[in-house]
Amino acid sequence: MNVAVAKTGSGRAVSDLFASAEGRLPGSPDVIAVRREAFETYERLGLPHRRIEEWKYTDLRALVGEVLPLAAAPDATALKRAAEAVKAHAIAGARKLVLVDGVFAAELSDVKALAAEVSFKTLRVTLDKDAGLLKTASTDAVVALNAALATDGVVLSIADGTQLSAPVQIIHVATAASASAVTRSQVRIGKGARATIIESFVAAGAAAYQVNDAVIVSIGDDADVAFVRLMDDAPDAVNITSQFVTVGANAKLNFFNMTSGAAVSRLQGFITLAGESSELSVNGVNLLKKTEHGDTTLVVDHAVPNCVSREIFRAVIDDRAHSVFQGRIIVRPDAQKTDGKMMTRALLLSDEAEADNKPELEIFADDVSCGHGATAGALDESLLFYLKARGLPEKQAQALLIQAFVGEAIEQIADDTLREHVIGIAERWLERRS
Amino acid sequence: MALLEVKDLKVRVEEREILHGLTLTVNEGEVHAIMGPNGSGKSTLSHVIAGKPGYEVTDGEILFRGEDLLEMSPDERAAKGVFLAFQYPVEIPGVTTMNFLRTALNAQRKARGESELMVPDFLKKVREVSKSLNIPQDMLKRGVNVGFSGGEKKRNEVLQMALFEPSLCILDEMDSGLDIDALRIAADGVNALRSPGRAMVVITHYQRLLNYIVPDVVHVMSRGRVVKSGGKELALELEASGYAQFEDAA
Ligand SMILES: Nc1ncnc2c1ncn2[C@@H]1O[C@H](COP(=O)(O)OP(=O)(O)OP(=O)(O)O)[C@@H](O)[C@H]1O
Ligand SMILES: [Mg+2]
Repeated sequence: MNVAVAKTGSGRAVSDLFASAEGRLPGSPDVIAVRREAFETYERLGLPHRRIEEWKYTDLRALVGEVLPLAAAPDATALKRAAEAVKAHAIAGARKLVLVDGVFAAELSDVKALAAEVSFKTLRVTLDKDAGLLKTASTDAVVALNAALATDGVVLSIADGTQLSAPVQIIHVATAASASAVTRSQVRIGKGARATIIESFVAAGAAAYQVNDAVIVSIGDDADVAFVRLMDDAPDAVNITSQFVTVGANAKLNFFNMTSGAAVSRLQGFITLAGESSELSVNGVNLLKKTEHGDTTLVVDHAVPNCVSREIFRAVIDDRAHSVFQGRIIVRPDAQKTDGKMMTRALLLSDEAEADNKPELEIFADDVSCGHGATAGALDESLLFYLKARGLPEKQAQALLIQAFVGEAIEQIADDTLREHVIGIAERWLERRS
Repeated sequence: MALLEVKDLKVRVEEREILHGLTLTVNEGEVHAIMGPNGSGKSTLSHVIAGKPGYEVTDGEILFRGEDLLEMSPDERAAKGVFLAFQYPVEIPGVTTMNFLRTALNAQRKARGESELMVPDFLKKVREVSKSLNIPQDMLKRGVNVGFSGGEKKRNEVLQMALFEPSLCILDEMDSGLDIDALRIAADGVNALRSPGRAMVVITHYQRLLNYIVPDVVHVMSRGRVVKSGGKELALELEASGYAQFEDAA
């Protein structure tokens, strides 16, 4: 497939999409001009496909085909449905910021409680003045599409030294079927601040929808941050999330992703260690079944010396599902004394389950310690038999071993309530299996 | 009715016949010892009784209280009261011993239509049993058998036996890898479980274990068959003369 074909294929549909979306897109004329440019970039590139190296295993043209029109702004009925879903997926004690079908819903959010510790605006308001948030260094077509069509998002700023007393949970709720929700958010965490930010994706009865989310995170020097994404979208949904994270000096970032929903999904995380002596812990779990396709692509860029990064990724793949893990560690010429390790394991629960694993080390400094390891295999029969011989039925024995398998990644989450919440999502996934 | 009846059992592993028509009857309350040279099929027999996959039963039957054991899945057998203390217990990282014990006990109870044991009752029971077996509490917080010494693994098997209260206990070389003190503790644990309603099959190479766990019947296995049965004095005889005479017989 060449570019010209792409244009006459999915390209034209998007053209119409942009024209019809324009009335719903917030921003001054300047902002709209930036959007139009981003849209033209997208139109030129079309949806990523397998000949784009970074998307080799996740051919969106084949898997998704077309981008759906933007969802209408939620009405009262939609908000009511969303409220139920929020209740079901809220993390105890967390302060919620809710986006319904790509639009911020103040009535479902804890804006007041948040205000004491965090400065908060919607993307919509921010774009009245400034198009800056729509710009990233990324050349990715889905990121360009996001800039063109983002309807809303949250813009958070946590001042230097602030110790958040409760986690912030951004909840994306889908109520509109066969439509797109396009959101973009920004989280700035000041020097020496301490914060836990969670982004959840859930459905409120909607089916066959598409999510395109982008998040830009900056973490100041000496900050201590947990950043967690929990994607539990509807089984026939599409979720493409792009995260751009910059970490300052002497900071700690504990990053976690769990993919337990959506027919087609990709999390692409680009984390740059831009200040010395920082510690990065990146952990992820894919739980996939049926014909689901889940892609976790992580690029950790050691731009400066003396940082440590650890990545633990676990994929559990049932039926004919397909899990992709691409982990790249870049060590720039200056980044001496980098210590970067990556370990990925895939558990194949059926003969037709598929796992692609592509670790890449791009090392340009000489005094570093980097490595990666990968395994893929079925559940250990001897362990299964031991559990069964002690009275556990097959599915329960499997569930216990699967929990242990993903537990290695989940236990990296420090906050007890949050960790239990994540374990709960895994347990529900396992229950749905049996 | 006998508790366990193995009748003329023939078993193949990967096209090779390992058990060539083995017969064994165990009644409630009895302790049987099985001795025999390496490779004679003792572990194979115990695995087939527990339901381990990979074994093909080509002939014969195994009845447990008159029911066809071979028709049952391993977890059904466990819930019915069949327990195998493994010669080589596996390590299960990421599953704490405590969680495993509780999940297993409750799974068995559920299969028998009994209610789940309440957490405080469960904890009390585990504490009692582990104390009598000299198993420290913090060992129970570790992954099942992970980083346990050989002796600790065997004691963990006896702990499970005490907790699950099975009616048939098969102990496959419980004494291997145990030092003398550990052997006495484990054997005391086993003896404490002797009861009129419970039978034990003790597989061992050493007469020494049988000084602690005194059997009612001793069987000699050779080349996939029981070739001789007798009282506890048979074990002493074997200790003195070895298996050579039976190798010829088999
Ligand atoms: N999975 C297998 N594949 C092939 N051969 C097997 C397998 N399992 C057992 N055997 C063979 O079956 C025979 C009996 O083995 P088994 O482990 O039952 O002996 P055993 O009496 O328990 O010996 P030991 O005293 O050494 O524990 C051996 O020759 C062994 O090699
Ligand atoms: Mg053996």
